[in-house]
Amino acid sequence: MGNVVISTPGMPLPSEKLFRKQTLVERLRKGDEAIHLLTMAGGWSIILITGLLVHHLWEYSRIARHQFGWHFLITSTWDPVNGLFGAWPFVYGTVVTSLLALILAIPIGLGAAIFLAELAPRSVSNALTFLIELLAAVPSVVYGLIGIFLLIPVLTAIMPAFQKFFGWLPIFSGTFYGVSYFSAAVILAIMVVPFIVSISREVLLAVPIAQREAMMALGATKWEVTWRTVVPYARQGIMGSVFLALARALGETMAVTMVIGNVAQVSTSLMAPGYTIAAVIANEFTEATGDLYLHALIELGLVLFAVTMIINALARLLMLSVRTDEVAL
Amino acid sequence: MARSFSANAVQIRRPDIDRFAHSDAAAERERNQLPWPQFTVADLNFFYGNHQALKNINLIVPNRRVTAFIGPSGCGKTTLLRTFNRMNETVPNTRVEGRIRLGEHDLFSYPVTTLRRVVGMVFQKPAPFPKSIFDNVAYGLRLEHRLNKREMAEKVEQSLRRAALWDEVKDKLHQSANGISGGQQQRLCIARALAVDPEVLLLDEPCSALDPISTAKIEDLLFELKEFCTIVIVTHNMLQAARVADYVGFFLNGELIELNRAKHIFQNPDQQQTQDYITGRFG
Repeated sequence: MGNVVISTPGMPLPSEKLFRKQTLVERLRKGDEAIHLLTMAGGWSIILITGLLVHHLWEYSRIARHQFGWHFLITSTWDPVNGLFGAWPFVYGTVVTSLLALILAIPIGLGAAIFLAELAPRSVSNALTFLIELLAAVPSVVYGLIGIFLLIPVLTAIMPAFQKFFGWLPIFSGTFYGVSYFSAAVILAIMVVPFIVSISREVLLAVPIAQREAMMALGATKWEVTWRTVVPYARQGIMGSVFLALARALGETMAVTMVIGNVAQVSTSLMAPGYTIAAVIANEFTEATGDLYLHALIELGLVLFAVTMIINALARLLMLSVRTDEVAL
Repeated sequence: MARSFSANAVQIRRPDIDRFAHSDAAAERERNQLPWPQFTVADLNFFYGNHQALKNINLIVPNRRVTAFIGPSGCGKTTLLRTFNRMNETVPNTRVEGRIRLGEHDLFSYPVTTLRRVVGMVFQKPAPFPKSIFDNVAYGLRLEHRLNKREMAEKVEQSLRRAALWDEVKDKLHQSANGISGGQQQRLCIARALAVDPEVLLLDEPCSALDPISTAKIEDLLFELKEFCTIVIVTHNMLQAARVADYVGFFLNGELIELNRAKHIFQNPDQQQTQDYITGRFG
């Protein structure tokens, strides 16, 4: 103590000649601020795009909103000739086909992801993943063609036998003509499986090896390690893949409209033809005569936006509740 | 390499692994108060692809003692440790030759999941599952045992007490295990391993990521654990080996240079290389 000279006036420290204010150009050239600005612009663009989208949907559905109010959502008549528009059959069709598609796609997708990430040899896994990602890039109209020329004939062939056993259930009753909610859901399931597989595989592979080894060291079998450690650890990422699949299913237009039958009705039976929001917009947009018709279609877009938001929010709430349960045992 | 054989040394040139089942040998061990062998390793070679990580290892790990493996990085001590619960089998492209006995039975004849319940392991970095503290300890139990709620709670408490963690976490058993400190997490991992009543506990540099106080806690713990558990610990820290170990094995370049009572190794090692290593002249 006492002998240490910290600094004395008039005796400049060597670092002092480095100390001067940097010009704006210098700071930009260093990168930090330029990147900050660029990425922030990207971030704000999300809000901008969403805002513009909602604003336009809201603005150009004005006439229909004023004419029908909330009844637009709950009435089932879609009669452009007489100027009566009710969205319920489309909302119903969209939700039913998407959820059914997820029910079909999640087990297959998750199973495939677990196989590719945990069990398959790396070379097989990589080859199959390449194929899966190829499938994700196939245009939806091609899936629609597959639906018409492959899926519907196959379903029509097997459905009578299936209905002999399960036909008594309201959801499988009635005559099956090929085009139906069920066909649409199957095609959607085929389309979203690649999303679930490829993202889930990535998150499963990212589970730390320490977690697996810790579980193995407790005497767990391969399956126990996978199902009780790896999958729970990756749960959030898997959920993310399911959300993406759901979003894709809700908004899918072309393939659905080719196999769903395009009938604006609400049926309990999945064997009956139906309609979805995206399909009706695509089909009727070019023939929409008159402002009310056009605005009703745009309001459908607004409804689809809302449905997507609500289902996503519900799914996230479900996920949160599952997580708290688990920590609380 | 010449290896000397002294009367009280545990290491022998080539253990006759059938000898230990023999009653005369058993009586002799009783008389001399030598510990029973937990692991008996004979002519063990281990390969990662073409690289030989363990070369002709012969040793005995005594029962209910703390045995420390020391040596510079890459000397094969962790590989040997991971052979004891066959964890190396999960690494592709590896091969093991030679014999290991667990007690009187061939290690490789146990079903691997059974073996890993008998031979527990704690890893270098604490790796708690992202669950509650309670669930972490109960995880291994739920794999095999069908315990009711009360038995489960008792077993979890017993394991946490054995790991000297109970007092610190008893009020937050249902909080996430990621919320406790690194030292506590490592003791939680020990509790998790102890919950399934292992005969052996393998510790792979358990304190290398911990502060000195947490390290001291775990070292104290080992003295209590060896009452009912054989402990094999791999460590880079020679002071730690000197503090906790009853027996110390020194490895170099995949070979066992010598394994002997800790006192013997640190005061009067048989091999010059051991002497050089513990005095810090190389490595």
